[in-house]
Amino acid sequence: MLSRPASDTQITHGNRLWLYLLCGLVCLFLMAPSLLVIPMSFSGSRFLQFPPESWSTQWYDVYFDSVEWRAATVISLKAAVLTTLLATPIGTLGAYGIHVSRTRLGSLLQVVMMLPLMVPVILIAVGVFFLYAKVGLNNSVTGLVLAHSILAIPFVVVTVSAGLKSFDMNQEMVARSLGASRAKAFLTVTLPQIRFSVLSGALFAFITSLDEVVIAIFVARGDSATLTRRMFAFLRDQVDPTIAAISTLLIAVSVVLLLVYALLGQRGAGGGR
Amino acid sequence: MTTAAAWAEVGGAVNAEALRMQAAAENRRVLALASPGLILIALVLFLPMGWLFFLSFTGDSGFTLEHYRRMAHPAYRKTFTTTFEISFIVTAACVALGYPLAYLMSQIAERARPFLLACVLLPFWTSLLVRTYAWLVLLQRRGVINDWLIDLGLIDEPLRIVHNMTGTVIGMTHIMLPFLVLPLYASMKAIDRDLMKAASNCGATPVQAFRQVFLPLSLPGLFAGVVLVFVLCLGFYVTPAVLGGGRVVMWAMQIESNVALYANWGAASALGVALLIVTLAILWGMTRLFRIDHHLGRS
Repeated sequence: MLSRPASDTQITHGNRLWLYLLCGLVCLFLMAPSLLVIPMSFSGSRFLQFPPESWSTQWYDVYFDSVEWRAATVISLKAAVLTTLLATPIGTLGAYGIHVSRTRLGSLLQVVMMLPLMVPVILIAVGVFFLYAKVGLNNSVTGLVLAHSILAIPFVVVTVSAGLKSFDMNQEMVARSLGASRAKAFLTVTLPQIRFSVLSGALFAFITSLDEVVIAIFVARGDSATLTRRMFAFLRDQVDPTIAAISTLLIAVSVVLLLVYALLGQRGAGGGR
Repeated sequence: MTTAAAWAEVGGAVNAEALRMQAAAENRRVLALASPGLILIALVLFLPMGWLFFLSFTGDSGFTLEHYRRMAHPAYRKTFTTTFEISFIVTAACVALGYPLAYLMSQIAERARPFLLACVLLPFWTSLLVRTYAWLVLLQRRGVINDWLIDLGLIDEPLRIVHNMTGTVIGMTHIMLPFLVLPLYASMKAIDRDLMKAASNCGATPVQAFRQVFLPLSLPGLFAGVVLVFVLCLGFYVTPAVLGGGRVVMWAMQIESNVALYANWGAASALGVALLIVTLAILWGMTRLFRIDHHLGRS
């Protein structure tokens, strides 16, 4: 086994042993923290041990019984859904316009749409906090959604642009030469074929908003705190096992979304032809 | 005949001109589809940024450079050194751990690849706060790692590995690693594997082939990852705030405390503007360097 060649050159698996070991350790480093939290969240005691000495679901009960945690979850989900609904169409339209026009102005606009990714989030948070103080949007879901949307738009633009690149625009031209308006051609010919890219973008938008902390720290205080904002406040004070339970739930959400994303990627690659 | 031909030519030119104008008008109409996004970005990003820029030059009596001058103060200087120090260490650690992993991902058999990819993507998709919390649980005084090390008899006293620089660096490395591995893996996958075979045919040992063929070809991807990680580190807030335990003050945390603790908008704005300029300068420098690299590759 170890003397078998591992590549097209003369390297054998034996020669590569150190690489396998090193990468195994790196993978452990990447996966272990998130995975250790899951069993620890079922701990029966107030102290987080691994493996736990006794098992219980009491920390999940604490979470589900708490009015504050439930309220924070509702706000987070509301913000994430609304951000997805706002950022996905805006980003899709932007990516489509830029892709079709193929002018220098278009590529400039593409850079502008990507800018929110390049500006440090702390600056967006401080700036938005200042702006919202003037217009009374602090501690409102509307304000949170607007700020999260500009973070999500670049992801939608990137995924939809990638989808459009592998789409044959001549099909849309055919539809239009047969009398369809541009809007009709887009909705009936183009959009159905790039739908997996659009859905991937929507997924990115959802997770961006759900996991966002820094902006929420500034503009979602008090009763309008999001789940992650409340978690952050608790983290600084003590290591509460309730957080482990919530973390496990959030990891479950991530795994589900990642699987959906992988599935969309496969369907998108197959259906794009 | 000649007049008719001339007229046809003029007609053709007029027609072409009309078509060109129509195409330009069409282009403008299509580009207008991007306007909702641009308006939103202008209102929520550009407007507040401009405002912060204005505030950073405004004191009690009009225009002032005081906020920028104050950045030379030792307390701020310490923040800057800490920020750059941590960013360098984390970036170096990401290269050391990420390059071998990305290399193996690009070389390994097709059926083992999804497992490695999952190891990178799962943390990437997991909430940053959840991962920071996980490290807090692992690294604290009575945490899992200290417990294990004591049980194994390797140490007698719990190590201080959180609420300080060590914990911050470990946590940040974990969070930044996927940002380095993903672009690097993409560029390594694009390297033509026949090149390595050719090198080996020409008598290169595997190490020579790697150093002279594979490594140079993987550098653009590595460079993109390094710049991305470094820039993200410079403006990072959540993980140092939790794992640093107040002892590690990075640039972003200084901005936050200026706003939240002292309501000192001038100082916070100046720090923010400086952070933005450094970040954009590094990103711009990267694109310039790549363009030069590209030309060198062509010639």
